Amino acid sequence: MDMVQMEWYLVLATVMMFCGIYGFLTRRNLLAMLISVELILNSVDINFAVFNRFLFPGQLEGVFFTIFAIGVSAAETAVAIAIIINIYRNMKNIQVKNLDKMKED
Amino acid sequence: MTLQTIVFIILAVVICVCSVLAITTKRILRSATYLLFVLFATAGIYFQLNYSFLGAVQLLIYAGGITILYVFSILLTSSEGDKAEPLKTGKMIAGLVSTLAGLAICLFVIIKHKFFPSVFQTGELEVRTIGEALMGTDKFQYLLPFEVISILLLACIVGGIMIARKR
Repeated sequence: MDMVQMEWYLVLATVMMFCGIYGFLTRRNLLAMLISVELILNSVDINFAVFNRFLFPGQLEGVFFTIFAIGVSAAETAVAIAIIINIYRNMKNIQVKNLDKMKED
Repeated sequence: MTLQTIVFIILAVVICVCSVLAITTKRILRSATYLLFVLFATAGIYFQLNYSFLGAVQLLIYAGGITILYVFSILLTSSEGDKAEPLKTGKMIAGLVSTLAGLAICLFVIIKHKFFPSVFQTGELEVRTIGEALMGTDKFQYLLPFEVISILLLACIVGGIMIARKR
């Protein structure tokens, strides 16, 4: 049974993670930044599953960590989107450079 | 070249291309759509690793739930003339250089590092095993994190309503 080597999965997850980091550094829209964060979280989930399958195939820790990470990221997305909608309601805009009200007063 | 390799190559190409497109496209709704493709391909990776439960969770929560949330909030918050103004070239180059440097370091470490001899055990992970591990209190069983994450979800529901309601 010749499978794909484990390193290729890790390389794939790394590429995805740095795509997310680049997006987080360069996008200027709050929702786009949140999408980049989703990419980062997703790549980490792949890493957990791959390590569990290839290195510790008799155990379940990676699977459970992935499941809980998916749940946490769903919760995080919901709260972040609530905050973004609230910002939009107050400022009619979700570009990052306009969000300096909290600094001034 | 086996079937597994071909499937992996297809999934990898989809993931790489769509994640690059998701962070470079100008329109944010397209960005969300490419994110959806990335999530689908990730579910494909889980299915290929024989974690069907994990792939189903990924499809349900990420591709089904989170993407819908994104699309709704994009439609709520982005008016149609709302294009992102272009970033300054210097900042973009700085971001690109630091990202590529980090990517190079991580890829170097991954490829150079000698992992344990990895064996791929085929065979499906039974849902019964997952359920028993999720509902037990012994070692390597996960009842407490399960309850904690339910509290977390409750707090998020309450917090989301509190933050987003009309005053």
